[in-house]
Amino acid sequence: MADRDESYLERLQRTRVWRTIFRSGTGSSTLHRALAIQQNVFLHLFPTKVRRRMLGFRATWYLGTMTLGTFALLVITGILLMLYYHPSAPQAYADVKDLKFVVSSGLFLRNLHRWSAHTMVFLALAHLFRVFYRGAYRPPREFNWVVGVILLLITLLLSYTGYLLPWDQLAFWAITVGSNISATVPVLGSKFHFLMLGGNQVNANALLRFYVLHCVILPLAAALFVMVHFWRIRKDGGLYVRQSEPVREDLQPAAPAAMERP
Amino acid sequence: MADESKSIPPENAQEISRRKFFTRMGVGSLGIAAAGTLSFAYQFLSPNVLYEASPIINVGKAESYPLDSVTLDANSGIYLVHLQQGFFSLNAICTHLGCLTAWKPDLGIIACPCHGSRFSREGQKLAGPAPKPLPWLRTWLSDDGDIMVDRSTTIPPFQFLRV
Repeated sequence: MADRDESYLERLQRTRVWRTIFRSGTGSSTLHRALAIQQNVFLHLFPTKVRRRMLGFRATWYLGTMTLGTFALLVITGILLMLYYHPSAPQAYADVKDLKFVVSSGLFLRNLHRWSAHTMVFLALAHLFRVFYRGAYRPPREFNWVVGVILLLITLLLSYTGYLLPWDQLAFWAITVGSNISATVPVLGSKFHFLMLGGNQVNANALLRFYVLHCVILPLAAALFVMVHFWRIRKDGGLYVRQSEPVREDLQPAAPAAMERP
Repeated sequence: MADESKSIPPENAQEISRRKFFTRMGVGSLGIAAAGTLSFAYQFLSPNVLYEASPIINVGKAESYPLDSVTLDANSGIYLVHLQQGFFSLNAICTHLGCLTAWKPDLGIIACPCHGSRFSREGQKLAGPAPKPLPWLRTWLSDDGDIMVDRSTTIPPFQFLRV
């Protein structure tokens, strides 16, 4: 009879299989709940304790989380698009047309990928402005600000490399113009232009290079820096909430302090 | 062996400890490996063979280009212009950021669709962000009487090809 009061989850948690996977044990004590976070390979990036108001919408507007959400959407839809797209000059344009008009749900996935990409750039910038205007970039979070700027650059590079892949006139001329801008950098510009395109003009080599950058190198770099970014939130004392910050003498504004002293 | 140990002053021999020596050896070999990796990466990323179009283009017989005409060959990115003074060829790639320009017969100018640069049919810049005029390209007659253009060789302007 007592078993009936237990939920299925509680019974599942007492099984041997569950307990071999989740070593922290079960229970609702503070220790158990902290261990559940700390001993999980994914969750241990996050702090074990969070102030309730930090989880509210007002603290962060969830901009960083939503940026990660769009990134996850982009990875999923991107992998599905890769199943029909060949990064070769004769086929790329036709494959995109097939995705639009022939493949079931292809139009939906491609549009989802495109709109998520635009949204991710917008959200990353909104997150940056939010952090900036709240002053959440200040010590001890200055390194995480730098990681965030790197992530923004990776986001923009992902957006740029993805622009070439439809292989239409817009893509071709946009990448021609963009790569020629990079070629105007003194000394190294033309070398970099040649390496980036794998030639002197935007053609088959450039398409393949942008594809590899877009689908492998840049997403891996983004995932790596996202992990560092999240882990640093914990290391830097959790999310920034103004009133909860300890007062540090060396960070006080100079003028009012000077005026208070007799 | 004995001579060698004598030739090195003892205070010099004491300067580097065994640990320091191996640290420097380690850091030095890592540096050499890193430099090798960089040069390997650079060489690997630079293609040695390019499957790009030949810079020399046969644009055909002079008769197919009437007097006062400006003809764009979009595939090779060049203009062939036939004026009173003779023929010449212009690079059709905008000197601003590399877009393909277009000849506007009603306005009598060459215009870039990307950022609005305008050029005269002799390639002189009229307006827009382009930093330089459209370059004149080396043009000559082949043995068969075809007009040939070398896209990779620019010449000073106003050197006409008389046919």
